[in-house]
Amino acid sequence: MSRWLGVGAFLVVAGVLIFAGVAVRPFGVPPRTEMDAYFNRFSQPEVAANNAVTAIVFDYRGYDTLGEATVLFTAVTGVALILRRRGK
Amino acid sequence: MIGNLPFVVCMILVALGLWTLVAKRNLVKLVIGIGLIESGVNLFLVALGYVHQGIPPIYTYAPKDAPMVLPTPQALTLTSIVIGLATTALMLAFAVVIYRHKGTLDARKIRDLRG
Amino acid sequence: MTVVVRTIARVLLPISLEFGGYVIMHGHLTPGGGFQGGAVAASGLAMVVVAFGAKRLSGKKGLLSALESLGGVAFTALAFLGLGLTFFANVLAGAGGLFGNPVPYGVNPGDLNTAGTLPLMNWAVGFKVLAGLGAVVLLFALFGGEHDR
Repeated sequence: MSRWLGVGAFLVVAGVLIFAGVAVRPFGVPPRTEMDAYFNRFSQPEVAANNAVTAIVFDYRGYDTLGEATVLFTAVTGVALILRRRGK
Repeated sequence: MIGNLPFVVCMILVALGLWTLVAKRNLVKLVIGIGLIESGVNLFLVALGYVHQGIPPIYTYAPKDAPMVLPTPQALTLTSIVIGLATTALMLAFAVVIYRHKGTLDARKIRDLRG
Repeated sequence: MTVVVRTIARVLLPISLEFGGYVIMHGHLTPGGGFQGGAVAASGLAMVVVAFGAKRLSGKKGLLSALESLGGVAFTALAFLGLGLTFFANVLAGAGGLFGNPVPYGVNPGDLNTAGTLPLMNWAVGFKVLAGLGAVVLLFALFGGEHDR
């Protein structure tokens, strides 16, 4: 009984998700493009990079990349700490 | 025209991950479900930045006068992918430790809070 | 593993490392970058772990950890280069020196000697990701077994 209740609840949530995917907004028409148009226009004169994504990752939003590197380092440290052999 | 099919596919991925989290008991399968939800959200973020008839935002040998897709969602999705990988590695390490301590991976049998 | 798998791994390891290096080096011109190239090279490392066993590589943990720390320190140091303007300012771009050629606006064939600190940061992050993923795979292969408590 409770299993079918769970299945029904999941179906309701999945239906809401798929309805949200249909109704969110038309595909291929972003709402705001001013900032990205700036990045596409000025990544070559300001950063001298042809690849605007790399220009954003390492220059305009370098702080995000720094935090990401910190997260990666913390994860590797955590895995080494959890999985090491005891007493050696 | 494909309409909103990419968004719907992302939502189907998220729903499959939610079903895995609800229905499965194995800890490794739960990690796989969380990975499915991550993939759906990353695909959704990239799909939000698509411009109709767009090309990648790279000027090397690009076609002339074509609109470029938004680069910021792609850059931040890159961050999200690496963070998802880090959390997946940590979750798998915890699953290994739980299996060593309890001798099982069944999520129903490891409900006690005692270490 | 069997001798077939080991032979194929010997052939494929330099190719995967070189392709990872190519993706890192051309990160500012073509799709890719430090993270993607590091992941490609780390997949070659994972193939070595699968083919030859983790025991043969257990002495390399110190090397991997040193490489990861070196990548992080190099990334932060390159960010500190621009401290006269702001943190993460790209002081080398267009300056004429290392990676300092100017780039004309619009579609161009691409010049490797551009983009200032971006290729250097790509190398730092690439080594960091390579060492991090390789260390995770190696740790799981070494200590992830059932009886290794």
